[in-house]
Amino acid sequence: MLAALRRGAKLFVVDPRRTSSAQWAHGWLSPDVGSDVALANAVAREIIHAGLADGAFIDRATVGYAEFAASVEEWTLERAEAVTGVPAASIRELAHTYATAEHAQLCWTLGITEHHNGVDNVLSLINLALLCGHVGRYASGLNPLRGQNNVQGGGDMGAIPNRLPGFQDIEDDDARAAFDTAWGTEVPPTYGMHLSQMFDAMEHGDLRALYVMGENPAQSEADSTKAIALLQSLDHLVVQDVFFTKTAELADVVLPASASWCESEGTVTNSERRVQRVRKALDPPGQARDDVDILLDMASLLGHTWTYGRPGDRRSIAEGIWQELRSLSPLHAGMSYERIEALGGIQWPCPDEHTLEPSFLHGRLWHDDPAERGRPAPFSVVLNSPPVDALDDDFPLRLTTGRRLDSYNTGVQTGRFSSPRRRAETIDLFPADAEALGVLAGERVRIVSRRGAVEAPVRLDTGLRPGLAFMTFHFPDEVDVNVLTIDAVDPKSGTAEFKASAIRIERLPVPAAAV
Amino acid sequence: MDLQFQGGEASAEERGALDRLLATQAPRRDLVLPALHAVHDAVGWLSPAGIDEIGRRLDVAPAEVFGVATFYAMFSTTPRPRRVTYVCEDIACTGGAHLTLDPSTDAHAVLPSPCLGLCDHAPARLELDGGRYVGPMARTSTLRGDHLLANVGTTAYGDLVAYRAAGGYRALARSFEVGPAAVVQMVSDWGLVGRGGAAFPTGRKWAAVAAQPTFPHYVVCNADESEPGTFKDRVLLEDDPFAIIEAMTIAGFATGAAQGYLYLRGEYPLAAERLENAFRLARSAGLLGQDIEGSGFSFDIDLRVGAGAYICGEETAIFNSIEGYRGEPRNKPPFPVDAGLFAKPTVVNNVETLACIPHIVLGDARETKLYCLSGAVASPGVYEAPLTVTLRELIESAGGVREGSTLKAVLLGGAAGAFAGPDDLDVEMSFTALRDAGLSLGSGVVMVIDETVDLGAFLARIADFFVDESCGQCVPCRVGTVRQQEAVARLRSGGDALHELALLRDVGVAMRDASICGLGQTAYNAIESAITRIGMFTKGAR
Amino acid sequence: MSEVTLVDAPRRRIECTVDDRPVRVGEGDTILGACNREGIDTPTLCWGDTLTPKNACRVCVVEVEGSRALVPACSRKVEPGMVVRTDTPRVRHARKLVLELLGSSVDLSTTPRVDEWYDRYEADPTRFGEVARTVAQPAKVDNDLYVRDYAKCILCYKCVDACGDQWQGTFAIAVAGRGFASHISTEYDVPLPESACVYCGNCIEVCPTGALSFKVEFDKRADGTWAEDRQQVTDTICPYCGVGCTLSLTVQDNQIVRVGSPHDSSVTHGNLCIKGRFGWAHVAR
Repeated sequence: MLAALRRGAKLFVVDPRRTSSAQWAHGWLSPDVGSDVALANAVAREIIHAGLADGAFIDRATVGYAEFAASVEEWTLERAEAVTGVPAASIRELAHTYATAEHAQLCWTLGITEHHNGVDNVLSLINLALLCGHVGRYASGLNPLRGQNNVQGGGDMGAIPNRLPGFQDIEDDDARAAFDTAWGTEVPPTYGMHLSQMFDAMEHGDLRALYVMGENPAQSEADSTKAIALLQSLDHLVVQDVFFTKTAELADVVLPASASWCESEGTVTNSERRVQRVRKALDPPGQARDDVDILLDMASLLGHTWTYGRPGDRRSIAEGIWQELRSLSPLHAGMSYERIEALGGIQWPCPDEHTLEPSFLHGRLWHDDPAERGRPAPFSVVLNSPPVDALDDDFPLRLTTGRRLDSYNTGVQTGRFSSPRRRAETIDLFPADAEALGVLAGERVRIVSRRGAVEAPVRLDTGLRPGLAFMTFHFPDEVDVNVLTIDAVDPKSGTAEFKASAIRIERLPVPAAAV
Repeated sequence: MDLQFQGGEASAEERGALDRLLATQAPRRDLVLPALHAVHDAVGWLSPAGIDEIGRRLDVAPAEVFGVATFYAMFSTTPRPRRVTYVCEDIACTGGAHLTLDPSTDAHAVLPSPCLGLCDHAPARLELDGGRYVGPMARTSTLRGDHLLANVGTTAYGDLVAYRAAGGYRALARSFEVGPAAVVQMVSDWGLVGRGGAAFPTGRKWAAVAAQPTFPHYVVCNADESEPGTFKDRVLLEDDPFAIIEAMTIAGFATGAAQGYLYLRGEYPLAAERLENAFRLARSAGLLGQDIEGSGFSFDIDLRVGAGAYICGEETAIFNSIEGYRGEPRNKPPFPVDAGLFAKPTVVNNVETLACIPHIVLGDARETKLYCLSGAVASPGVYEAPLTVTLRELIESAGGVREGSTLKAVLLGGAAGAFAGPDDLDVEMSFTALRDAGLSLGSGVVMVIDETVDLGAFLARIADFFVDESCGQCVPCRVGTVRQQEAVARLRSGGDALHELALLRDVGVAMRDASICGLGQTAYNAIESAITRIGMFTKGAR
Repeated sequence: MSEVTLVDAPRRRIECTVDDRPVRVGEGDTILGACNREGIDTPTLCWGDTLTPKNACRVCVVEVEGSRALVPACSRKVEPGMVVRTDTPRVRHARKLVLELLGSSVDLSTTPRVDEWYDRYEADPTRFGEVARTVAQPAKVDNDLYVRDYAKCILCYKCVDACGDQWQGTFAIAVAGRGFASHISTEYDVPLPESACVYCGNCIEVCPTGALSFKVEFDKRADGTWAEDRQQVTDTICPYCGVGCTLSLTVQDNQIVRVGSPHDSSVTHGNLCIKGRFGWAHVAR
């Protein structure tokens, strides 16, 4: 993005916090947490009223415009300013700049998705792209910036409850038939449970055994007190991980695994859908074993002999599995290992070995031939929906959580290197809020939500908006911030509303010695 | 940008200085140098908090501001009093002899300086208080000439009416009559070549910029006169600032520029004061600014003051310095006429070159040159003469060699120039005649050396000068000037002449061939000529 | 298949002569590019494949007909009909002297290929004697991730460019001072932890002399356990965020000792962040 700025691109950052990106931006819009739909709808209305919508594209390539346009009509700039706290002029400037740019992209991360209405947030952004024809063209589009190195690849490979590898719908009989044939078994025709549903099922006693691979839900789930209790209530818990995590401590069986990124072979898929080769550089320590070997042994014990590649040859085994994927996923059919290695990764879709598709998706929407253009892209009517954990007199501050540059998630990987920039967990407050509360920078305070409480020192941050507090979740062993967060989940994505909790700050009693 | 500042809170004086600077102009990167001056003048040095405050106001990282500040010799990044006296330790004043300074006090710092451009007042001192000129107040030297120097010694410097009465601004009016193309043609036809030292045809520069389709165009007056022994531009700027303003305005008109920059060396605070005053007077008389004299042509000039860096007189280093970067030369191409200041087509002309312009526009065919006579002459000063003058005639017009002295050599062209010997006195002092004689006119330095001067020390000082003034960007110059300094020192203390002279030649040739800019390319010139022309360090000669 | 958008228009070809050989290059190509195309090995130090040429070291200078001084091959663009010579006595002399001047003032012991160039140009960096001024100074060890050993710094500006406006946008370092005293510095030379440094290590990636190195490498060199013959480099993908930077892991004795990234990667062109560059302690043995 900095490279684009140097070439003259304009950047607008929409973030309640003044992030590093905001420092570089031409415009910084700081909406109240959880008012993204209101903001997006107001931008849409302004584009429509200013006559900047791409009518030709809307007519040819989309459906549902009229209903959508009617639905955003109430979102005047003034109303949006009242709801989001962003000045009307800023919303207007963003709307006009976005709509009149020849190329424009909307990029987002978890600030959009980690809400009870995360899917709606995304749909509201898709509406904007459709409104201006900023999709399906070079240098334009919608870019969810993935927060984890293979979250895209996990979905690509079917490690989601409603899709087979290559994003083929489990309920699609034709798609399933191919897998039935290849695997010599019948793939169940029903969607499975996503993570939040699994915890619900645990709560209802419907899920009694869990096999966790490379995840640390005991610390990463919202409302972690509840999550730990549910994990403890299971009949059987298996954890396969590189680390002896808090979740592993709760397990009946722990299977030490190799670090897939440097002790194994295979592929990952990055944010831009680029399938890339992961290679083995180190031998795993002690009894740690490759995930694939563990799974193959598991299959064997369950009476199935799965063979891939040459025994003992990690690359060959990984490639064998990959070849099976290519035979079943049209998106990946053209990606041989040789080709991935030669090209430094290949973006899907890649249906054959001889061509490369453009780096962007949905180009079909611009096709002159209606048949090639295919199914029109739908506008969605999206209603604003404030965070579930409402603010009130008892919990007057909004807590949002996020990452710092040098740490990653619950810190199991990054906690071990000596970062000169690392500082311990703090509760970051807007200076005026801290003053109103009578707390000082560095003072240790108690942070209370409707679910629990933690203690942390105060840090003042002028980059916050009044009423907003910030914490990370990198140091759960010292300050378990997810004790505070709410497990309200988006019904469609299963993602919890990590970004919006209601809290209050309590001063700690002064130790007698200090008086 | 996402910048981090940790230097602490700036003082009220530091903040106030920046408030005043930014009261009338928007913060921009190219205000780094003026901002450094403002803070430095206010408190005498640049504190970490002051550096941070500049960075914060101008959106420049503190590491970069620090990098720029430490490039300039006149800026201090350690506490220093506001009152400073600079004492010249350069060749014209000391002949290379060791300088003993008065001790500094808490209220008054005494510092050595390279050539102050006051060689006509040798031994020269310059006193500043918070950046403002304090002294020397008495300036009595010979300034002889009736063409370019016609206004010198009068009060026209502060009196626009007097300047106009003496014929000033007739050339600008004439320019408006004939139009830009005709002005360029006149300058080309007249055959004016640059007086800064490189002798490049001025008309070609102007024509090239005038023809550029990209805008804006800029005019830069190079007043960073720093060649040791040179002080003619100072005299013009102090005594005839309107002539330079008029000439820059004509240059802007001729080349399609609306903005000029006059880049003045930091050691010329009196010229700075007089220029600021002249700008003010010209603006209020409608001779700078919008729609000058109803011509429809608009032009204004910003004064930019350097802070002690010889290299900023290099024609591309001057751009970096103005833009707020370290004054490091750029690689050419691109040439200034294609991509100069702010990467736009730019004319860079020396002060004396510009001083010729009004006369040329008015059809005056006389061609003179300003020569800076210093050292062992009876009356050091600026002497105006036709280029056909001989070295002997020039020395004689300055009263000849100082009484009781014997001429040993004459340094022509300054530290980057060459030595003439007693046998060379009948050479004509023109660009071509000197070049043919293996000498160089350069910026017009004529420094007469008598038998009291230790030529070894003199050369050592020249070697020191290049070590001090190398910007440090390219290896041949950054390290080569140090190796040259070391070899000269060894030669002076009786080192193996054969070995050291070979080494000097090897290093010198590499500097000349491979350095980025003229500084490195000429850093061996004077030493080489001392060896080859007057036999220094050879045959046991001293 | 859909139409692929062309980002770069096709370039005009221009002809020049390099060492009496006719060469055709694309418009905008440098003399260095033309030399590389012809297989003419040209020494470079300050040139970087991901950076704008600074042409500060001057070890790549060549002779161009009509040019008074030698010109840097790394930055000078080829012009139609240009006549370039890369191995004339003038060129050899300049390259030899540049190597001698550098070698006599800077510790080049970890600069790749420099011994080979010494031989080729018959350079003798010891000829300036024992007392020649150098930039020798203690290494700056002010954090656990990387070391700045400026006794090895040739002032190529690459770290400054990578940290600042060409890649990282952090501007933690700049060139300070002047002449031989010029040096890479934070503001007031504060230690890195007090500077804006974000420890992306992109400066290490571009450093041509080993002045900037991983602490692990620095320590291993100091205690004599650095063994390049026991090292392998393996490319894999960073385990952290979704950008998907390729990590080139240098492994010695089953330990990661250095992390780089391929400069030709379309994802980040050799740049990484602190996590990718240094966040591998969890697989350290």
